[in-house]
Amino acid sequence: MIRRAGLFLGVLTLFAVIAPWLAPYDAGKAFRGFLHAPPMRPHFEGGIVFHPLVLADRLEQRFEPNRARVVGMPWIERFEDAPVFLLGADDFGRDVLSRLLYGARTSIGLSLVATLGAVLIGALAGAWAGYRGGWVDEAIMRLADFVIVLPAIYVVLVLRAVLPLVLSASTVFVLVAWIFIVVGWPFVAKGVRAIVAVERSREYVQAAQSLGARPLRILTVHLIPACTSHLLVQATLLLPAFILAEATLSFIGLGFPDPVPSWGTMLAGAGNYNAVARFPWTLAPAVAIFAIVLLTNLLASQPSRPARA
Amino acid sequence: MGRYLLTRLAFALLLVFVVSSAALVLTRIAPGGFVDQQCVTLSAKECEALRKKLGLDRPLAVQYLSWMSGAIRLDFGQSYLYSRPVGTLVRDRALNTAMLATLALLFATAIGIPLGIYSGTSHGIGRAIIRVVSVIGLSVPPLIGSLVLVFLAARTGWFPVGGMTSSTGIELTWAQWLADLARHLPLPALALAIPMAATLERLQSEAIESASHESFVAASRARGVDRMRSILHHAWPVSLRPVLGLYGVMIGSLFSGSFVVEIVTSWPGLGQLMFNALKARDLFLVAGCAATGAFFLAAGTLISDLLLAYTDPRVRSGERA
Repeated sequence: MIRRAGLFLGVLTLFAVIAPWLAPYDAGKAFRGFLHAPPMRPHFEGGIVFHPLVLADRLEQRFEPNRARVVGMPWIERFEDAPVFLLGADDFGRDVLSRLLYGARTSIGLSLVATLGAVLIGALAGAWAGYRGGWVDEAIMRLADFVIVLPAIYVVLVLRAVLPLVLSASTVFVLVAWIFIVVGWPFVAKGVRAIVAVERSREYVQAAQSLGARPLRILTVHLIPACTSHLLVQATLLLPAFILAEATLSFIGLGFPDPVPSWGTMLAGAGNYNAVARFPWTLAPAVAIFAIVLLTNLLASQPSRPARA
Repeated sequence: MGRYLLTRLAFALLLVFVVSSAALVLTRIAPGGFVDQQCVTLSAKECEALRKKLGLDRPLAVQYLSWMSGAIRLDFGQSYLYSRPVGTLVRDRALNTAMLATLALLFATAIGIPLGIYSGTSHGIGRAIIRVVSVIGLSVPPLIGSLVLVFLAARTGWFPVGGMTSSTGIELTWAQWLADLARHLPLPALALAIPMAATLERLQSEAIESASHESFVAASRARGVDRMRSILHHAWPVSLRPVLGLYGVMIGSLFSGSFVVEIVTSWPGLGQLMFNALKARDLFLVAGCAATGAFFLAAGTLISDLLLAYTDPRVRSGERA
């Protein structure tokens, strides 16, 4: 579990970094005349080729392939008048696949930053509570319990809604990351506190204390490393929750502004049931989110089987 | 037991108080208040008059204290946005949310528990299928689930795609209204229930599997009790403890989930009302929604704890389990 959790987080980070380079087009590139173009079917004629789309009916926004012409994969050759949409186009004629890949950077990137922050702050707060004990412990843990009791999405909603409603993308990134940290840290802190409260009476901690190590050193060098596996597990659980929270926020219009590609802003475009019914490919980010949550669940459900209570 | 109940009630009161106060204060100090939003279309003089009329010219502390003294007498103020008393507004919406949440909980229980009992006590293909479906269900959060269900409903026309009733302004008989509601309710409730049903199934399955390895179950089998009876009467009650404990945890996710589902399927519930109130900086409405939400949260947690205590004699007698 631990190794696989680390691998999972590593692969997602890598994916968030490289995804935009895999995109065939720029995320903001809108192809005029290709609004809501459907995904194109690949043909095999000495390699993968596509028949470019031609608008057959403007009223119904229906496209038909032009069989007289073939174009190659969009990574290899690009034509302004014959774009290749592997996952269709959205309501501005932007390539859904490209936006999905660019959006991966925004959504996963934000969630990774927030996860890192929540783990860091949770670990410090939990370790401090567990190490000091007494009223510090009591105060930090009561606060953590309080935050855990509240439904997370409402806390996120209220904290985001009381900030200015229209903000630039980079401000949104920083503020939303902080909001996610506020709701995420208690889950980390509780476990860390429990581990540290046990570990602090172990010989190696006493040895460090008798050698004159300061509390900060004992915490960071000795106690927090003892919680590594808990931290990794919590990070693996927080990450998909944050991805989903970003999607929810952007869906209701309190997340990133529309031009910024993120899975949430893409879903916001799919919020209209009429559009969803006619252009189901705009739900692509929902599939991406589902896939990430599924991977996490598979990862989390594995160890519970042999270790039967 | 009495003492325990008292501390829990005190905690519930504190929760309602803190949550609603925090919501009110945060909304008041937020930039772009209700009057600022209205002032776009008003002259400076009308603007000041409106501010005075709504009491927004008074300092926060004064406004807060007057709201608090009203709230104690169950007068939650007037909504700026709807110009109606917060109490009645919130009551209607809270009822809708409660209806949605209750049905979702029933769906989740009716699907999750029997499947969990089955998959935890049997072997073979049925168990494997349930496990796979369950892991998939766990991965369909309400946002994704409701979007996909809305898509399916719009494609097939089997269910209305949103709202709570389809007829606006038309007088309906009680039975017609109920039939209409029954058509609108399943979709959002199902979207909310899917991940919960999967969670219940997984936990029930694990719990009953470990319970059925206990010696008293084997003993009941040895006495000649048939398999079905030994599962349902001997193993299941023991496995209920972790499952009932989960209900307490699920209330939080029921709240979060119902917010999302209400927005996607335009269900006129508490979450939607609070969202609109927050955007309009409608102080008292935000506070009223928050107080109601906190009340339901505290009540739900308390009920599930009591249920837990009732089914577990160790907790009932005050002994810590």
